[in-house]
Amino acid sequence: MTDRYPGYDVLAKRWTQSWNEQTREVINARLATPREPRFFDAAEWATLGAVCDRIMPQPGDRPAVPLPAYVDFKMHEGLLDGYRYAALPPQGEAWRRGLAALEDEAKQRYGAPFHALLGERQDTLLRSMQSGELNGEAWGAMPSALFFAHRVIPDITHAYYAHPVAWNEIGFGGPASPRGYVRMALDRRDPWEAAEAKPGDEARARRDNDRVG
Amino acid sequence: MSADPFAAPRAAAGRAPDVFKPGAWVQMRQFSEDEAVDFVVVGTGAGGAPLIAGLAEGGFSVVGFDAGPYFRPLEDFASDEMEQDKLYWNDPRVVDGANPLTMGGKNSGKAVGGSTVHFAMVSLRFRPEWFKSRSVLGYGADWPLDWRDMWRYYTKAERALSISGPMHYPWGPKRPAYPYRAHEMNGAAVLLARGCEAMGIAWTQMPLATVSAPHGASPPCVYRGFCRFGCSTNAKQSQLVTFIPRALKAGAEIRDLAMVGRIETDAAGQATGVHYIREGRWRFQRARNVVVAGYAIETPRLLLASATARYADGLANSSGLVGKNLMTQSNQAVFGTMQEEVRWYKGPPSLSITEHWNYDDRKDFSGGYCWMAQGPLPIEWASIQTGSRGLWGQALRDEMVKYNHQVGLKMVGEMLPDERNRVTLDDEVDQYGLRVARVTYGWGDNDKAMIQDALGQMQTSLEAVGAREIFRQEDDTCHLAGTARMGFDRETSVVNADCRSWDIPNLWVCDGSVFPTTGGVNPSLTITAIAMRTADRIRALAARGEL
Repeated sequence: MTDRYPGYDVLAKRWTQSWNEQTREVINARLATPREPRFFDAAEWATLGAVCDRIMPQPGDRPAVPLPAYVDFKMHEGLLDGYRYAALPPQGEAWRRGLAALEDEAKQRYGAPFHALLGERQDTLLRSMQSGELNGEAWGAMPSALFFAHRVIPDITHAYYAHPVAWNEIGFGGPASPRGYVRMALDRRDPWEAAEAKPGDEARARRDNDRVG
Repeated sequence: MSADPFAAPRAAAGRAPDVFKPGAWVQMRQFSEDEAVDFVVVGTGAGGAPLIAGLAEGGFSVVGFDAGPYFRPLEDFASDEMEQDKLYWNDPRVVDGANPLTMGGKNSGKAVGGSTVHFAMVSLRFRPEWFKSRSVLGYGADWPLDWRDMWRYYTKAERALSISGPMHYPWGPKRPAYPYRAHEMNGAAVLLARGCEAMGIAWTQMPLATVSAPHGASPPCVYRGFCRFGCSTNAKQSQLVTFIPRALKAGAEIRDLAMVGRIETDAAGQATGVHYIREGRWRFQRARNVVVAGYAIETPRLLLASATARYADGLANSSGLVGKNLMTQSNQAVFGTMQEEVRWYKGPPSLSITEHWNYDDRKDFSGGYCWMAQGPLPIEWASIQTGSRGLWGQALRDEMVKYNHQVGLKMVGEMLPDERNRVTLDDEVDQYGLRVARVTYGWGDNDKAMIQDALGQMQTSLEAVGAREIFRQEDDTCHLAGTARMGFDRETSVVNADCRSWDIPNLWVCDGSVFPTTGGVNPSLTITAIAMRTADRIRALAARGEL
């Protein structure tokens, strides 16, 4: 994928009027989230890592957003969503059972742990989970489609799009207090917003993005 | 920065946070638990806060309880979608039914100020006919309130919240000019307007509870776009920075981090006070009147949990209607991709609206809807892409990079009351040891017909402005109402027009729970108008010795 916002780094605004102290603290804490699991055991951690790699694949030329660590953090801290589908167990139990059940399906269908499978086979299993076709014994009464839609997808993708690396990728302005924005109209950007590379004009966008701050 | 707002109550020792000055405090009167106060109000949101202020200004002794913390917006609020999850009611709740509701950030708040701390500030009046929707429009139920009376209280509420809005509002009876001028429109709002003009229907700038010029200690809005995650500048006129400071000044007490678990009733069947947990200890506050203002889930939960031998089905429930007729609003959307850069993260998310379909009675379904411009931040946008299109993997990342070119229209639609949609008590308990709410919901045929109609109209509008790659978000819902409806008699309603329960004269309900129908616009201004009216009514009743 070509870089739509070349050189844009939302963290370059960290010491500008777009970031206040409380936001710096929150983002610093997020970037410092422990990388080692405190909730998941080694087997679960290996499966979870492989699931994250397929749900939110990341380019190899930059440090990866540590998605399994954010899922582990949420479970370890017990940060709740405010509701739970009656057919799903509480979130931590749902993850443990879902990962174990996925591992079972991998071994039964392909004779290998999920994390050791080729990406295509991992995707096949995840697609089966998404459509609710995984229903081996290990799932118990938990519908695999609900687990996919309400645990796997939100816990992984929300963690990704809460990270400054993702904001750079999609050209989001990021934190904006107290400065806010001035130019509200279509096709207008404030000098502290990401510049998009138009075809053939990548250098201009990179120059503008170098000045974001 | 101040200490952790969740660690210990901030409203204590004769003072409460001054939300306008970092580290500063305002004086707060405090009441003894052993002496009955005139009113205990459970909940400090759009319904509770105006009532607390109105009663205190009327000379009553009042204590307002909130289960959530007392935030200092200038110090506690980060510009961050995920961090601000702390504003929501995230305690366990169980959802089921044919169309289980999404709870959490969509429709709940756990903070002094309630969900107005993170609402999108949309401040609209109900169409007059909706107060008589059964007898005039042929669906739902009539309200015991007169629209002209409501029109007066809407005007008071718009002044109290310094609403910024258009010079002329295109629909409904005349209304006074909004106190503050309308905000500048962002790209997303302009595209709504262009679409409406292409379709030949009216649109207008959104009336919003965020100031467009300085007001007291509130600076004008700087368009940072994190409105739904708490306003860190105090431009937003939430209850936390409007009626709550007024209430304190008038002598009310606020108790934060104070979860009420049970309303006590005596041998005569009267309410005598509330049991609540604060700093890890259960306590009891005596009161001559109890007002429940916890919104459509917590209000019935508390009434049901307060059952006694005398009131075996819960308090104020001789009609059997407590918890029933839960209503949400349909919140479906259509999204597309523009050639232009829209950058919808700038400014309040909904800066323009059309209410055209709320005022057209030639539709082949009951009720109405409006739609408004959208500005989801990245996490919400990812939820829409994954939830509506089932995307993940590289396909999701490829779609997400189009973020700055997206445009969308989202409906707020009137779902009809149905007794099968309800709140009951589950056997699971929360961190306080209280049984959690089970929320059961399914859409009716009329709801589905309206949703399909709205999706079609919104798609037409997006096509008219040149959006490509159009897709629909079919499953979203938003605000809540019902579960303790007001009405004309004790058989068919829980409270009367004054929000007073039929069964227990010193027990009141004052929040969106009292709505008999939910209308096709956001409910907060109506909740606040009713609360201001209720305060006036209680003062009038007291003056006549009828309290």
